[in-house]
Amino acid sequence: MKRFFHNKNFTVGFVLSLVVVIAAAVSLLWTPYDANRMNARDRLQGPSWQHPLGTDQYGRDTLSRVMTGSVNSIIVGLVTVAIGLTLGVGLGLISAYFGRLADEAIMRFADLLFGFPAVLTAILITSILGPSMVNAMLAIGIFYIPVFARLTRAVAMVVWEREFIAAARACGISELGITWRHVLPNILSPLLIQGTIQFAVAILAEAGLSYLGLGTQPPHASWGRMLNEAQTFMDTNPWMAIFPGLAIAWSVLGFNLLGDGLRDTLDPKMVRVR
Amino acid sequence: MLRYLSKKLITLVLLLFLVSITVFSVLFVLPGDPAQIILGINATPESLAALRADLGLDRSFFGQYFDWIGKLVVGQSHQSIHYKMPVFELILSRLAVTGPLALMAMVFAVIISIPFGIYAARHQNQRGDVTVMAFTQLGLATPEFWLGILLVLFFSVELNWFAAGGFPGWNANAWGSLKALLLPAFALGVIRASILTRLTRSSMLEVLREDYVRTARAKGLRERTVVYVHALRNALIPVLTIMGLQLGQLLAGAIIIENVFFLPGLGRLVFTSIGMRDLPVVRDIVLLMATAVVFVNFVVDLAYAYVDPRIKLR
Repeated sequence: MKRFFHNKNFTVGFVLSLVVVIAAAVSLLWTPYDANRMNARDRLQGPSWQHPLGTDQYGRDTLSRVMTGSVNSIIVGLVTVAIGLTLGVGLGLISAYFGRLADEAIMRFADLLFGFPAVLTAILITSILGPSMVNAMLAIGIFYIPVFARLTRAVAMVVWEREFIAAARACGISELGITWRHVLPNILSPLLIQGTIQFAVAILAEAGLSYLGLGTQPPHASWGRMLNEAQTFMDTNPWMAIFPGLAIAWSVLGFNLLGDGLRDTLDPKMVRVR
Repeated sequence: MLRYLSKKLITLVLLLFLVSITVFSVLFVLPGDPAQIILGINATPESLAALRADLGLDRSFFGQYFDWIGKLVVGQSHQSIHYKMPVFELILSRLAVTGPLALMAMVFAVIISIPFGIYAARHQNQRGDVTVMAFTQLGLATPEFWLGILLVLFFSVELNWFAAGGFPGWNANAWGSLKALLLPAFALGVIRASILTRLTRSSMLEVLREDYVRTARAKGLRERTVVYVHALRNALIPVLTIMGLQLGQLLAGAIIIENVFFLPGLGRLVFTSIGMRDLPVVRDIVLLMATAVVFVNFVVDLAYAYVDPRIKLR
């Protein structure tokens, strides 16, 4: 663990991400105000002691909503990466092991998915399935499948050529056993690094979809949605447009740096190039 | 090269076919009946059936698919259900906004990224490099639509220098139109500049370690000539590739920023068309965008094979 904290990127990323995780965890038990409670008297206020980040057009406390929104973002990050990992790693392993036709088919499928403009397709998917947080996660997660499939294929192909695999085969371990016990553990680092980076990308993507009204639906708090609502009231309360965006940038920066730090530490070959 | 080219061409055609069938299938299952949307909830079943037949919606999946793709192959345009005009014309009119927007965004990205990337590489691990890299991290973490909102907040609401959104049209007011694109292009450009700066830096660092750069220095050339004439030209190859891909993505991916600035571009057209179930418009635009991405990838593959003959052997 110590070697991770020797890396500046990792340390800064860890601290920033930790703040987001803590804010999310705390918001599950306590927020300064009920995040959805309207209060007509306190509409469109700037930061004050009572409402440190101000209030929105319904008088809802922005700090409470930013805190609740962090739960939203973390769930989106986790679920989308889980979708990409489970399906992508599976396809990547099949591709690397069988090669030939299976490999060709899976990689062309990846090409096909990469061919579609991500934002546009996510909008299409959420239009078909109906706008909601779950469907936004599905729309983003689908694009992670080829990302993880390609990465898994590339690293697993190298691992399959290694001598210890030949040794495991000589010991009579089944191919599935080798995949589970020897190949998977050896490709975990790149998957972890990519997973952290995709986590950050998912937060950005969900914010974008929510901004367009296709992600998390009201009255639930979502940073993207909050920015959309803020745009209407920019003249009267500009603060509304500041804090949700800051929260997005903060968490994306945190998870990006965490991913960079992990890469620097777990994959030292990359350090020289960067 | 010819064998490689034909292999790649076959893959391209196959991929385009798959793209078209996917686009069509996805839109085929899109809930919401265009006829119902056009005629409203008070429409009689007879008028609905007549309109469906008129729009070709009563035909089978493959009937509709071949009707659609057949027309596209011979260069015939479909008719937009909502705008009542040929889709090609509609796309062209919207490209007049999105095209310049994407180009201006790339100009901003290049103006920012190349000098900063070179500077960071030349001062590797020094304070200037660390500062530039820190800013690129901030750029990568900032949602472009939030940056757009902040720009509106500062330049439109506070300073009143720009309109907060909208687009007057090139014919009505060319200068006003250019001004309307400046803020959104800057928002798009800054985010892309972050990626390009990092790429320019790492590419420069690699090239500056090459033997021919050392030779150029040993010949006694000025550092400026070594960096800008010998190193930069080679360092820019990967940067140009990514720039090409970014430009392609910008045409498709400016949907959110066009919404922030209420620009009547391609992204907003497709976004509103999905809402109105104007399927001919959505289909053609999605296919156009996907084709652009697939085609750019194809050109990049070919360019790489041309530059590095080893790729063909794979």
